[in-house]
Amino acid sequence: MTDAAYSTGALPAIEPVSIPLKALLPWAIFAGLVFVLAIYFVGVEEGALSLISGTSVHEFVHDGRHLLGFPCH
Amino acid sequence: MIAQLLARGLIAGLVAGLLAFGIARVFGEPQVNLAIAFEEASEAAAPHEHAHDHDHVAGAQETEGQSAAPAGHSHGEEALVSRDTQAGLGLFVGVMVYATAVGGLFALAFAFCYGRVGALSARPLAALLALGAFIAFCVVPAIKYPPNPPAVGVGETIAWRTELHFILLFFTLVLIGLAAWLRGRLAASLGGWNAGIVAVAALVVAIGIVTALLPAVNEVPDDFSATLLWRFRMTAMGIQLGLWSVIGLVFGALAAPVVGERRRAAARAVFG
Repeated sequence: MTDAAYSTGALPAIEPVSIPLKALLPWAIFAGLVFVLAIYFVGVEEGALSLISGTSVHEFVHDGRHLLGFPCH
Repeated sequence: MIAQLLARGLIAGLVAGLLAFGIARVFGEPQVNLAIAFEEASEAAAPHEHAHDHDHVAGAQETEGQSAAPAGHSHGEEALVSRDTQAGLGLFVGVMVYATAVGGLFALAFAFCYGRVGALSARPLAALLALGAFIAFCVVPAIKYPPNPPAVGVGETIAWRTELHFILLFFTLVLIGLAAWLRGRLAASLGGWNAGIVAVAALVVAIGIVTALLPAVNEVPDDFSATLLWRFRMTAMGIQLGLWSVIGLVFGALAAPVVGERRRAAARAVFG
């Protein structure tokens, strides 16, 4: 009876299978690092911290930084 | 599978970035220009002792139609990048890089949560995650340290303000994790729905305590237009709302077949 209800799609018909943490970890570390670095350059570089000297990155993404809500001045 | 999810996260981020850029360009840039006009007017007036109200009015109205004042926001140094570049290509690159990176991180978070947060299937899970991210990365920070236009915010305190911003973000993420854990613990005794209410209530109280304890920052100049500040902040919220909505919905749609939902759902329908 309940099987019939499931198969019509009224209820979720599948049980989600989680991805093993072992498989996920290397991706999380390496890709995560790249993404965080990208966000860092848009949001923080040459403001509070500076990896590259000068302020050209800061000036270039200046409007985005303000509008995306990062602390700026 | 993780690589496929990641690629789809990047795609969802790119699509979301286009919308965010559109909102920022159409609704955000006019506010940024007005704020820069105010900043320049008060800088020009600064040598005269304590210039007040008069330049505020002049500054706020002058630049309606993109104007006048020499090449823009330079923080006192020479402008390295023209206003046109900042408002066009610079804004586009900044928003797109941010949105794509956020999409990638979103995919990783999804890959972790899928199958671990109840029995939610891909699309509702993605939508819920996006809502949570919007609250954690946008709403909660905005309660204590809202986005500010140029001319608001003292250059010397930027390191401190950035620190506070990320401290608040860190606590918010930790507390959300704890709330999820709490809901899991209570679910057996209270039932899923009531456990959810208790967990969210505890989360709200905990975030309220953290925001109350963190130091306040108020660097809005006395004569800065309240209307302009409000509009800028609403636009910034709108950008984030658009960004997260698109990421959640587009990623959910793209991820469902990757995690095999369609195939298995079809199999169930056939084999019952």
